[in-house]
Amino acid sequence: MTDRRTVILARISQALGHAAAADAPAVLQRVNDHARGPQPQWAEAPRERFLAKLAKVAGTHAELASEAEIVGAVADYLAAQTLPQRLCVAPHPLLADVVWPQGWQVAHRRAQGDDRIGLAVAFCGIAETGSLMLLSGPDSPTSLNFLPDDFICLLPEDRIVPRMEDAWALLRAERGSLPRATNIITGPSRTADVEQTIQLGAHGPRRLHVLLKGGRHA
Amino acid sequence: MKPTSAAFSDNARRALHDATLQQALAKAGVGFVEKRRAALSDLPEFAALREAGREIKDHTLANLDHYLLRFEQQVQASGGEVHWVDTPAEACAAVLDICTRAGAKRVAKGKSMVGEEIAINDALEAAGLDVVETDLGEYIIQIAHEPPSHIIAPAVHKTRQQIADLFENLHHQPDLTRPLETVPQIVDEARQILRDTFLSADVGITGANFLIAETGSTVIVTNEGNGDLSATLPRVHIVLASIEKVVPTLEDASVLLRLLARSATGQEITSYTTFFTGPRRGEDVDGPEQFHVILVDNGRSRMLGGAYHEMLRCIRCGACLNHCPVYSAVGGHAYGWVYPGPMGAVLTPLMVGLDEGRPLPNASTLCGRCEEVCPMSIPLPQLLREHRRQEFERKLAPPRSRWALAVWAFSAQRPRLYRWASRLGSLLLNKSSRGRGRFRSLPFAEGWTAARDLPAPQGDTFMAQWQRRKPHD
Repeated sequence: MTDRRTVILARISQALGHAAAADAPAVLQRVNDHARGPQPQWAEAPRERFLAKLAKVAGTHAELASEAEIVGAVADYLAAQTLPQRLCVAPHPLLADVVWPQGWQVAHRRAQGDDRIGLAVAFCGIAETGSLMLLSGPDSPTSLNFLPDDFICLLPEDRIVPRMEDAWALLRAERGSLPRATNIITGPSRTADVEQTIQLGAHGPRRLHVLLKGGRHA
Repeated sequence: MKPTSAAFSDNARRALHDATLQQALAKAGVGFVEKRRAALSDLPEFAALREAGREIKDHTLANLDHYLLRFEQQVQASGGEVHWVDTPAEACAAVLDICTRAGAKRVAKGKSMVGEEIAINDALEAAGLDVVETDLGEYIIQIAHEPPSHIIAPAVHKTRQQIADLFENLHHQPDLTRPLETVPQIVDEARQILRDTFLSADVGITGANFLIAETGSTVIVTNEGNGDLSATLPRVHIVLASIEKVVPTLEDASVLLRLLARSATGQEITSYTTFFTGPRRGEDVDGPEQFHVILVDNGRSRMLGGAYHEMLRCIRCGACLNHCPVYSAVGGHAYGWVYPGPMGAVLTPLMVGLDEGRPLPNASTLCGRCEEVCPMSIPLPQLLREHRRQEFERKLAPPRSRWALAVWAFSAQRPRLYRWASRLGSLLLNKSSRGRGRFRSLPFAEGWTAARDLPAPQGDTFMAQWQRRKPHD
């Protein structure tokens, strides 16, 4: 289809009156500047804003003082939802040292079709919309974010940034480039395709539970 | 799909008399409008974002070739492939070729309007592939063998009962008696059925709301999570995207995302906003092995720089449909092709030809609500008028209306004749109303008087009254 590429590009260039170039100065400048559009403003602190927006999209949360409280918080959630003690856990450094109770079935791998509960770690939180950003990689399989019925996500409090643009800046600073999948997740899965009635749990998780961890990010 | 836009009048009449459709439309309309209004009132920066969004699209379109090349370069750098295609047939061939080379049998499909435009499902099914739509709305219309009736809510024309009946007939064996009445039961039924599709599909096809030139990423926004499952679990991920979807940077996409969700569903952001960049990386434990982007032109490069250039700013939010009095009355199917409502009335004649799409630009009062709510400030009424102008110029309109327009134009260009004729007309109508001030019926105007009275002129034209009453100096 190389000829089609030439044909289409020629038509565009003719309409615009210039020759196509991936390194045109206007393009390079724009792509490297990362100029931001108008930034929505609000009064609350990022943490308060994040939690308020998370609640608005039917996400729940628990507050943890440290990593040591992860097991307790997950146990509480499973008990409250009357769920089995069977977890699929992301092979993430922040979860590596967690000692799960005897008798729990805990797998560290990508998710499979019959996994009920997934646990992963967010790259950061976005206060503006109460969103979590997750980056695919060996320590964060994307299937975990979407296949289980219940998605539990650890978010260190100091990883909440104000806006999406701040998340991009953080991503560029820490990772350099985008992973295969960058997921911005805002609440559980939902649909309004039947008579415009909002129903949670269409294809992705039915529930989203954030473990908001205080203290310093390890 | 074969367009039936030329039969708009018949389609619309049928739609108006379809009680079930009217019931579904009545439920939908108010909801969308109210949710958008509430979302906008919560964001004082919306007007500024709208300005910025327009600037982003105008800048990108003015440098479209540059940004497409940049995008292509970045996709390749991340291990993906870009396929440029001009026509729907070429697009389908490219997708089919990828499926064949991958030895695919089953395809999980996320919602894609470009996919509807090129009729990808028909092409893949004709080649023996099992294609399953995974967005709930798209799944419903796929099993009903219907096209979407709304660009973001494809099954908005279906009632709960109709959906339950469709599922009942398709899924249920005689010995299976799961209840199927409430919305949660219906959604859960689809969840169970489609789970197997995600897990067993060889290829996942999604659309793209944006393409990012900076990173070579494709973006989808969904609420259900079906697009992400389609793009994560199968071995191959194919993205269908039209060329005007490209924007320069992640920051530019962030501006447009704030406009898109609010204008479409009244959400601040959809549940899932995902940026896909290439196939699975070395250490990854999931994700597709191949990542393909099909860049579809299908008439868009010809719109560039021409009379319909501004239509290329469209981000497919559906706000113009939701606020259109015509769409709200007749629904999407009456428009007879893939894109309905005001944006469809502009695009359809450009994509299937003005001969076929001719009635659509005429099925509008040009009330201007669409332009008012468009987050990209597209002058939709002006573009509809441009189609009408073309229609007149190419002598496509029926002789009777062309003749009437010609007579009107002749007199409108001769003020004395025009004044004389309008005075005569208003005098005649005044006399024949016999002082009642209105007509209950009038020959040649039954279309109007069947449902309401026609006010009669008061016997004098504005110009005549002005002559009489203006202050003399």
